[in-house]
Amino acid sequence: MNWLADTLTTSIGKKLLMALTGLSFCIFLSVHLAGNLTLYGGSALFNAYAEKLHALGAVLLVAEWGLLLMALVHIVTGLTLFWQNMQARPNRYHVNKSGGGRTLGSATMPYTGVLLLIFVVFHLLNFSFVDKSQTTIYDIVTQAFSNPVYVILYVLAMIVAAIHVSHGFWSAFQTIGANHPKYMPAIRALSILFALVVLFGFGLLPVYLLISA
Amino acid sequence: MSAQHLHLTLKVWRQKGPRDKGHFDTLQVRDISTDMSFLEMLDVVNEQLTLEGKEPIAFDHDCREGICGTCGAVVNGRPHGALKGTTLCQLHMRHFQNDDVIAIEPFRAMAFKVIKDLAVDRSAFDQVIQAGGYISVNAGGAQDANATPVPQDRAELAMDAAQCIGCGACVAACPNASAMLFVSAKLSQMALLPQGRPEAAQRALAMVRAMDRMGFGNCSNETECEAECPKEINITNIARLNREFFKAGFGSRAK
Repeated sequence: MNWLADTLTTSIGKKLLMALTGLSFCIFLSVHLAGNLTLYGGSALFNAYAEKLHALGAVLLVAEWGLLLMALVHIVTGLTLFWQNMQARPNRYHVNKSGGGRTLGSATMPYTGVLLLIFVVFHLLNFSFVDKSQTTIYDIVTQAFSNPVYVILYVLAMIVAAIHVSHGFWSAFQTIGANHPKYMPAIRALSILFALVVLFGFGLLPVYLLISA
Repeated sequence: MSAQHLHLTLKVWRQKGPRDKGHFDTLQVRDISTDMSFLEMLDVVNEQLTLEGKEPIAFDHDCREGICGTCGAVVNGRPHGALKGTTLCQLHMRHFQNDDVIAIEPFRAMAFKVIKDLAVDRSAFDQVIQAGGYISVNAGGAQDANATPVPQDRAELAMDAAQCIGCGACVAACPNASAMLFVSAKLSQMALLPQGRPEAAQRALAMVRAMDRMGFGNCSNETECEAECPKEINITNIARLNREFFKAGFGSRAK
């Protein structure tokens, strides 16, 4: 298995790990969003969705541990790349100007990434690791978002997520080698579109719940 | 259009040697013709400095035709200056205004040590080429046309990659000081042609390992390299390098 370690520990190998785990998170986000949209259907629909999701049992457990493993790979590899990239230019430029390649997303990847990590921990503490024996998940969610502070925090987090995804999505395709003049413009457009879906899909929900509370 | 004459304020990076900390010197320069190239402007400044008994500014240059890849400095934060698709020697002073302040720094990267002032050691690139940027067979004399068929569009792609002059602007422009655009161009020019295929896997592994060993950063697809490359090498070459590397790492016997 030496060949595997040799390949994955190179600069390109590490980027491959980032791309594959990142794309997996994009799929996860899509599924998560589809589930969340049942909140618009009210208490019964959302609780039924949560119940059916948890009825998956072992499948859900495997998915959760898989996500955790991928998160660890994404975080450790990302921080390693960030540290190595800092080392690669010990003396910074005194005048820094972009040639037009960088975007808000690409320039802030490590920072938005760390912010998202903090958000995910906060998010899990809010809605996942809570006692649900006396109440339903719908009540927990609506109660949390009746507080404007939570709404603001979640909307800000979704702005950060959208910025991260706007670069991450197309960048993952480039890294796995899928760049061709025929379809790259579509992938780059899809990257922006997906960022907007994340921003408004997730971001409008807390606002909606606050207004309807 | 007749030549005009500019008065400029230069902020030039001065560094005595690789171990010196370095600093900016501010110089006032007069009567710079707009017909001069950026390097000719530096020549005039150096003549002035020499007459004043001061140390002239060290900078790399050779052909001054934009094809050798020897010159290069970061001008106002942009490698080879702000003009697109141009080396520093082909950047003319008509692109500047009277009374401009121009900051001139060397290419900065862990893998590119400053030798003196604006002159940097880019031998890390040579190490990458030595690792695999060649084909091992003797090419011999010119063979009959079409003995080895190469489609025209493929030949054009290989030629686009072969335009890389190895100046190092991609490393200088990259926020991570990554050499991926250079390595991808040097790999692609051979990966795209039949003569390059027999050693493709070994080449991809060797060149990427050499690149990592030299201390270049990791590509994060910022695409600043493509924007600053004087030969406008495309990042589709980087995607090809990635593909060639994965094929070699996961699907070949090459070690």
